[in-house]
This record gives sequence, C-alpha cells and structure tokens, in this order.
Amino acid sequence: MLPKHLRDIQEFIRGVAIDYGLDFFDTIFEVVDYQQINEIAAFGGFPTRYPHWRFGMEYEQLSKSAEYGLSKIYEMVINNDPSYAYLLEGNNLVDQKTVIAHVYAHVDFFKNNYWFSKTNRKMMDQMANHGSKVRRYVDSKGIELVEDFIDTCLSLENLIDFHSPFIERNLQDTSGEEGIPKMRAKEYMEDYINPEEYLAQQKEKLLEQELKSKKFPSEPERDVMAFLVNHAPLEAWESDILSMIRDEAYYFAPQMQTKIMNEGWASFWHEKMLTQKVLLPSEIIDFADIHSGVLATSQGQLNPYKLGVELYQNIEDRWNKGMFGPEWAACDSMAERANWDKDLGLGRAKIFEVRKLYNDVSFIDEFLTPEFAIEQKMFTYGFNKKSSNWEIQSREFMEVKEKLLTQLTNSGNPYIYVKDGNFRNRSELLLHHKYLGTTLDINYAKGVLKALHRVWKRPVNLETLYEDEGLLLAYDGTQYLREKITYEAL
Amino acid sequence: MINMAKHNKINQDHRRFKRIVRGKIKKNLREYMTKGELTGKQGKKIIKIPIPRIDIPRFKYGAKSTGGTGQGEGEVGDSLGGEGEEGPGGQGPAGNQAGEHGLEVDVSIEDLAAIMGEELELPRIEPRGTKRLETIREKYTGIRTIGPESLRHFKRTYKEALKRQISLDSYDPDNPIIVPIREDKRYRSYKETSLPQSNAVIIYMMDVSGSMGEEQKEIVRIESFWLDTWLQSQYKGLESRFIIHDASAREVDRETFFHTRESGGTMISSAYNLALKIIEDDYPLEDWNVYPFHFSDGDNWSSDDTSECMRILTEGIIPRSNMFCYGQVESPYGSGQFIKDLQANFEDREEVVLSEIKSREEIYDSIKVFLGKGL
Repeated sequence: MLPKHLRDIQEFIRGVAIDYGLDFFDTIFEVVDYQQINEIAAFGGFPTRYPHWRFGMEYEQLSKSAEYGLSKIYEMVINNDPSYAYLLEGNNLVDQKTVIAHVYAHVDFFKNNYWFSKTNRKMMDQMANHGSKVRRYVDSKGIELVEDFIDTCLSLENLIDFHSPFIERNLQDTSGEEGIPKMRAKEYMEDYINPEEYLAQQKEKLLEQELKSKKFPSEPERDVMAFLVNHAPLEAWESDILSMIRDEAYYFAPQMQTKIMNEGWASFWHEKMLTQKVLLPSEIIDFADIHSGVLATSQGQLNPYKLGVELYQNIEDRWNKGMFGPEWAACDSMAERANWDKDLGLGRAKIFEVRKLYNDVSFIDEFLTPEFAIEQKMFTYGFNKKSSNWEIQSREFMEVKEKLLTQLTNSGNPYIYVKDGNFRNRSELLLHHKYLGTTLDINYAKGVLKALHRVWKRPVNLETLYEDEGLLLAYDGTQYLREKITYEAL
Repeated sequence: MINMAKHNKINQDHRRFKRIVRGKIKKNLREYMTKGELTGKQGKKIIKIPIPRIDIPRFKYGAKSTGGTGQGEGEVGDSLGGEGEEGPGGQGPAGNQAGEHGLEVDVSIEDLAAIMGEELELPRIEPRGTKRLETIREKYTGIRTIGPESLRHFKRTYKEALKRQISLDSYDPDNPIIVPIREDKRYRSYKETSLPQSNAVIIYMMDVSGSMGEEQKEIVRIESFWLDTWLQSQYKGLESRFIIHDASAREVDRETFFHTRESGGTMISSAYNLALKIIEDDYPLEDWNVYPFHFSDGDNWSSDDTSECMRILTEGIIPRSNMFCYGQVESPYGSGQFIKDLQANFEDREEVVLSEIKSREEIYDSIKVFLGKGL
C-alpha cells in the first residue's frame, strides 16, 4: 500500500493517463527499499521464483553497481493482471511521478500490444507455483541435482518459436483421411470445379505428406524445447522443469520482441503526461534532468528508450502532417517535402494503432525513414581485424536499417531447428542452424550440445556453416567431434 | 500479496552463487597460481578473479561477426573505442547480448586466503611471542560541544535546541520551528581504543644478477602475491620489505623489486647482511613475526661467500625469524649449487624451508612447501 501522499499522486496520474486514452490493467504500486528492488530485479520481477544460483549472481551484480553508484533501478513493472509496479523508497517526488506515469504506459502496452496477447496474465501465480514445485523437487532430489538440471534447461531457453503461441494448429491428424480432398460440386460441374490436373496435384501432395510423416519431426521444428518435452527420455520431474522453463521463456519473449517499442511508448507518455498535466513549475528542471538521463546515449550506442520515443514522435508528426501514402512517396521536391503539411491530425490515432499491432522488427521495418536515420545520426559499426578496433562502418540508410533489423530478428538469437530426431537411424538428435550471414559462437555451441545431450541421452549433432564451410558439430557424451559436411539450407 | 520481509529468499540464491564461485576458484587454484592473472588486479581488499564458464551457454552469434548499429558523431572508419571482443560499450541495441567473456567476480583477500588454506591444506599460524603490539584505533563514539561542521551530530543538536526552546518557553507546538544556536550544537568526537595485535614482516630478497631472467622474476612475483595473501590472513598487520642484490645489496620498493635488472655477479651474503640489519633495527624479536624469503638461481660467487651466508643465517637471521624460506628458480646459466649447500647445513632444522621452482607449474607446490608447516 502506498503512503497517502503517493497514493494521491498515483490517483491523479491514473486519471491523466485515462484522459489521454491509455487503457491499462489495475496496477498495484509498492514502495520498496534498495535491497528489495535489487532482489526483485534479480528475480526478473517475480519475488516468488524458484531457487537458482543465477538470481544470486544477478543480485550481487545489481547491488554492487548500486553500491558504487554506477546504476540505479528506478522502476520495475510486471506484466500481469493486476500489474505490479515497484517504486524505490527515497526517490524524490519528481522521480516517483515520472515512474508512475511511465508504468501506466507500460501496462497499457502490455494490455494492448498484440504480441503480449497470448502471455499468461496470472504469471505472478504461475511463477509462485513453479517456485513451490521446484522447491519440492529440491527437497526430494537434492539441490545439486535439481539446480544442475535447471542449468541444462536454461541453456536451451532461447530455442523457442516466438510465433508458436499464435499458430492455431489443427490437432486432428489429417493423414488418416481417405481419398483426395475435393471441392463440393454439382455433378455436371464436377469436371470444372475439380479438374483432373487438380486431383492429380492433390494426390501427389498427399503422397509427399505421407513420406514426410515418416520423418521425425515431419517438418523442421523451431520449438526445440517443445520437441524435447514431448520426445526426450526424461523423468517426470525433469520434463516438468523443462516445460516450466519453456513457459517462462514464452512469457518473457514479447518483452524481448518489443523492447524499443515498449520503452519508447512509456517514455513518450511519461514526458507528455508530466510536462502537460502533472508537474509543478518548480519541478520542471528536475524532470528535465531525469528525462535526459533516460534518453541519453553513450559511446555511440543506440538507446532503445530514445530510439523508441523519437520514432513515435516522428510517426505522430508524419501522420499529423500527412507525410505518408502515395502522394508523399511520389514527391521528389526536397523543398516541398520539408514544408509538407496537410493538417490531417491523424498522428495520435496512428501511434495508438502502432502500439497495438507492431513489434520491434516490424516497427523499424515500416517506420524507419532515411530522413529519420540522418537526423538521428545512425550508423553501423563492426570489428576491423586489421586495426583490431571497433569502427564506424557505414551511414548508408539501407545498411543501417538492415543491420538493425538483423540484430532485432528473433531477438538477436540464431534460428535453430530440430531437423531429425532419428538421425543416422540411431536415435541421435540433429539440429540445424539456419545460416543468415552470421556464424555461431562455437564455444557456446559446444556448451549447449552438452546440455542437449543431458536431455536427449543420445549423441547430439548440430549442422551449421562455419568459416564458409559446412560443419557438423557433435557431442556423444564424452567428446566433441567436428566433421565437414555440405551445408544445405532448409 | 508479496511479503519479502518474511523470507529473504535472495540470500539463499546468493549463498549458492558464492559457493559455486568458491568451488570454481578452488578447482582452478593451480591454474590461477600458474598464470598469475590475479596478481595484476589486486586492489586493497578486493581481488578480481576471472571465473571461466559460470555463465550459462546458449546458442548465440560470435561477437566479432556481428557488429551493430549506433548513433552519434563520427566519420566512417572512426574508432569507437572499446577493445576486445565485446564491442564498443559491450551491448547491442536491445541490451540483451551477453559479453563474450566469463565473469569477473570480486573476492575479498580473506576469502581468497581461506580458499587457499583449504585447497593447499595450510595449517593456521600460531603467532610467536607473548607480548603483542597494541594498535590504537579511533572510533567516533563520543560527543563534544565543539568541532568541525562536517562532524555535526544533527539529532543531538536538534534535541539540545528543542530542550532549550521548551525550557525558555519559545516552543510553539502549532508551529514547531526549531532554530539551533551555537550553544546547541553537538559534534561527534573520537575515542581511542587500543587493540592487541600480532604483526608480521615479510622480507623478500631476490637475486637480480644477469642470470635471472624475466620468467624467473615473474615466478617470484606470482609466488610473492600468494605468500602475501596467506600471511595477511594470518596476521593483523603485515609489512613487506624488499631487498635486491647482485654483488651488493640494497633495499627497494615493491615496484623496483620486480622490475630491476642488473648484471654482474652474485654475493648472497650481502643480502643476508642487509636483511639482518633491517630485522635488528626495525623488528624486535618480542613484537614481530619475521619471514625472510629469498629467491635466487642458486649461483653464488664463491664457496667462501656461501659459508659466510651459512654463518649469518645460523647466528643472525634464523634465530630471529619464524622460518627462513629459500626458493630456487631455474635459470639456464646457474649451477643451482646454493640450495644443496643450504640442504647440507640445515637438514635437521624445521624452520628452514627450501623449495625448487623450476617452472610456473611448480609455484603451487612450492607455496604448499613454504606455508605447509604453519610456522
């Protein structure tokens, strides 16, 4: 429960947020001290999580850097219904106002952005359930064994398919259907509606499918974790833990996918709300100080908060002035473009639509313009082997955009598929890395193979492209093997 | 809903993490001792230790093959700073790309010494002598009426002012403004407390004659780091003195000790004489635990000088020290005779510890030999 003076502020800001059209879950604020906020942050926002050493490591790093004054966590907000948010005790009032406004915008985003629509809104409870289940396993199996297995599962945590929550699979097995699917037609129309070529085509397709179904999995499977939960020879408690960690990975995935959009949205709104409705004149300077800190870039790094805010502002401006559509695109005159204003006033509605439908990849793909990239002084960088230095490589728009999209695609994770669960007809596991121009870190890959072997219990293999050659990296439980292969894209 | 005060859950995970780190350090202690990568990072109380592979491996892109996007000033080709593999500033735009390296963990000297003690099975040292040094510590526990503003005790000052205003009847509960005047002000003051303390001094002596190469000195440097660490954990106050010698000896500071290269011959007795003088002048037997460590390639000038050395050791240094340690590094030029002479003379003396350190791999064992007696 908030103290009275903060509760009044919270109520006031809530009203302001609603007036602006934000639409959020009930949000419960709590004031916590330094130690508690570091603790909650270490648990990824959930104070009730399962025991694991990495939370302790997180905590050590967070408290160290807070102690040395290197960083300070201002706020935390949890995607849940109701949402939970934490305010840091001892922050000044302007800080708290900023955070409260920021939080309401985040919760609006959680509630309305499509990519969050499949997340569990009772995650607080589910995390607590996971916690108590793991604790029970620890009691019966011992901490070493359980924690070790959790380590294993965490190595596989990013092997999920971000889109799978949205795929509505037909669970009925279709392969058993007799005959070729036909369109319904009156008899005299039959030859026209279901021509012979079409039927032959369908027949072929069916045959092909039948062949495929003998493969295992029938199609390359991107949700490696699901494949393992369903097919790996695991004990009940192991498969329980593996699916828990998979659930948690899916819960956190949209936050990875919308980092720029989500932080941008929250910063956009805290600025609007505070400067227009909330701040006292005496607080403006303090706010400017906080806000500029949030949006600061250092060492040429992109700051997702800044990039997000600027892009929303840019979109709002463009849709207000009508700087979109065929007429705009066709206009070659620089002067005309610079003074373009059709006075449409569609900006606000547009950004609400954007926050509903996009994720970082589609957001950048659709709304990053050459003008914007120049204005924001964006560039790409890379490692120069000759000077062994990180250098600015290009300011070309297409290169900047492509690089940024590459970084954001699949939240920066490589695409990995299960290609064969019965590789070499010896129940070995074969994974496929879809090569998109960037090689894997082989040392880390080795670590993951070891973890996979712990789960699969038979030799595990990974095919990838490394230094322009096909590479099959295998681990058989005792040693790693490397073999040259011809790499074929899926 | 969430009650955290009830069970401070994080502490449990934090302890697990610490234990894992400790286990890793213990397991890799021999490697750390060989590489010496800890020694360069020594802070005052904290040592940064790189822990290999404590992070959780995941499929990820190799850092150098990716690069990224940034924003700001600069021409194409300009350096962004930030060396190594992690990239400039270390993170990508989403901020979720972990660094390439393993973790660096802060470990206190005490913890490191404890791990070292466990792994090397080192006995605790029983400080020698009955009389201990008293150290005087200042603690700010007192209150005075005068003092610098920086030490003003706010609460006490406020209390005094409140008392005064109430007694003068100038306090108004409806408008509780308290204005302290000079007489109200109270300041913190220190009190001296004396604590008994056992002190020790390490006297490092090293042969810097032409036959001692860089690698030999590196071995001495690594070895001295671990000796310091252990003895620091055993004594409240630890001093180090450094003597270098070729044909003559002089006292130097730590920096010079490890970076001097002389040519010329070797007269070990010169160093022993100087060490004895330092002990006699500065470290009275009843107050100090004395640890002379001498490192050389064992190639003394003459057998006459060697017998002089034996005399100084027997009559002067050994009686005044907890133990005398001699470490002989191997150099391509030395005859390595000196350790044999010491062996012949002090075979039955428990407090004379000799160790041959042929390569870095032997540092681990040599430390075990030196510190294994608990003297």
